[in-house]
Amino acid sequence: MARHQGRGMASINYPIGMNLGGDPSQALVHANPDGKFTVALSAIDLGQGMKQVSRQIAAETLGVPIEDVYVDTADSDTGPHDMGSFASRGTHRVGNAVIVAAKEARGVLLEAAAEELEVNADDLVTDGKGNIHVRGAASKSITVKAASQAAQFKQGKTISGRGIFLIPLSTVHPETGEMSPVTAYAHACLVVDLEVCDETGDVKVNKLTSAYELGRALNPKMVEQQLVGGAWMGMSHALYETPEPYYPNPEHGGRDYNQYLMPGPGDIAPHDITVLERPAPDGPFGGKGPGEMCANPVLPAVANAIFNAIGVRIDTLPITPEKILRALKAQGGARPQVRRA
Amino acid sequence: MARMPVQFRLNGSDRAVFVEPAETLLGTIRRGLGDFAPKFGCGQGTCGVCTVLVDGEPRLGCLTLSVTCEGRSIETASGLADGPTLHPLQAAFMEHFAAQCGFCTPGMLMAAKALLDRNPNPTRVEVVEAIAGNVCRCTGYEPIINAILAAAQQRGARRA
Ligand code: FES
Ligand code: FES
Repeated sequence: MARHQGRGMASINYPIGMNLGGDPSQALVHANPDGKFTVALSAIDLGQGMKQVSRQIAAETLGVPIEDVYVDTADSDTGPHDMGSFASRGTHRVGNAVIVAAKEARGVLLEAAAEELEVNADDLVTDGKGNIHVRGAASKSITVKAASQAAQFKQGKTISGRGIFLIPLSTVHPETGEMSPVTAYAHACLVVDLEVCDETGDVKVNKLTSAYELGRALNPKMVEQQLVGGAWMGMSHALYETPEPYYPNPEHGGRDYNQYLMPGPGDIAPHDITVLERPAPDGPFGGKGPGEMCANPVLPAVANAIFNAIGVRIDTLPITPEKILRALKAQGGARPQVRRA
Repeated sequence: MARMPVQFRLNGSDRAVFVEPAETLLGTIRRGLGDFAPKFGCGQGTCGVCTVLVDGEPRLGCLTLSVTCEGRSIETASGLADGPTLHPLQAAFMEHFAAQCGFCTPGMLMAAKALLDRNPNPTRVEVVEAIAGNVCRCTGYEPIINAILAAAQQRGARRA
């Protein structure tokens, strides 16, 4: 019995969103009489940070403190239409819609303030702390709250904005069939170090080293959180998860949670991550988003590392000990490949 | 079958309920007593989201019969915070971004509390063992392990 070390690498180019019907997302923003803002979305946040990022984007665009923005989402009965949270589209599509809506609402807010201050709305700026003042004359000011109340109770204005983001339809080149389904791509490169036991077929991942390029990291801690958790899921897809282990046929497969394997807290490997920020020209504040790309490079990198360790190419997932042992038998044993430092 | 009376402490308050003989502690806590912190995941003892403490020991609420809890002290994640002050574990989970969807979090917190209550200065391996029965789909475990270690360290620093 021997344990063989292997290293594998993979680089990926990942499209942000898709182009089905322009892949639209909508956002509605409005001020409440207390000068705080509500962003209504139908985009789903199941822990990735959609709400937090929408909140940051809305606060930044409106020019108000982040505490004064509330994001109401995930009720498709009451929120404006959204294609959904998938294809790594959330930050990019929803973020852009939020910017459009927040800009419109900010315009009305400044008009309401201008009317109260008896100045031109074009001369007004926000300080991000809840005040609006004349550019260069901080003392000539009104709070966002007072302006919202004046709009509501005196001027009869709704401080609100509507936003939609739609990507341009890509035409298909008549001769080559070439098209560009999306407008932004994220990138990643990941190296996996692992070892394979040629007696049991067991794979132990020892280290992940990665670089992810995802536009501007709008919330760096949440980006890191996504990358760590997503890479774990990639490892799980590569080596563990399947609804039907075939021992020897699917009828003998897993029936419940108990038999659906995932790596536990003792199976994880250190992950050294580098985030490269290249703001996307059409991304909200340059953001593209981590999304599915967190997991994707792990699968080919693991398969390559297994080839590097024992010389067998496994091309179906997950790469279970059984598949490794069958492949080793067919090959007549492990044939470790060249290892580069 | 007749319902049976059971009395126990839940997060420090005495509670008395009537339960079916086959009722699980998780069902009693959630439906009977309205504490929705412990979650229902698999209902068969494999995911850990229903973890509660019974006399300080971590127990799977979905596999524990309520009638066996007569006279015992039950703790759930709802009892961790002291008014507006978070328990050190909750604060550390927040600091270390140890929750995403949060479905595993109440169980993780209770498994971690049981560990730190009996072993205030655990090694990384001991932390991993303590949460080995708790499944998390989102975080990749690393932030959870780091949060528990940080909470232990912080508690140690306060004691010193
Ligand atoms: S619900 Fe109890 S272990 Fe899953
Ligand atoms: S945070 Fe989602 S399951 Fe753990």
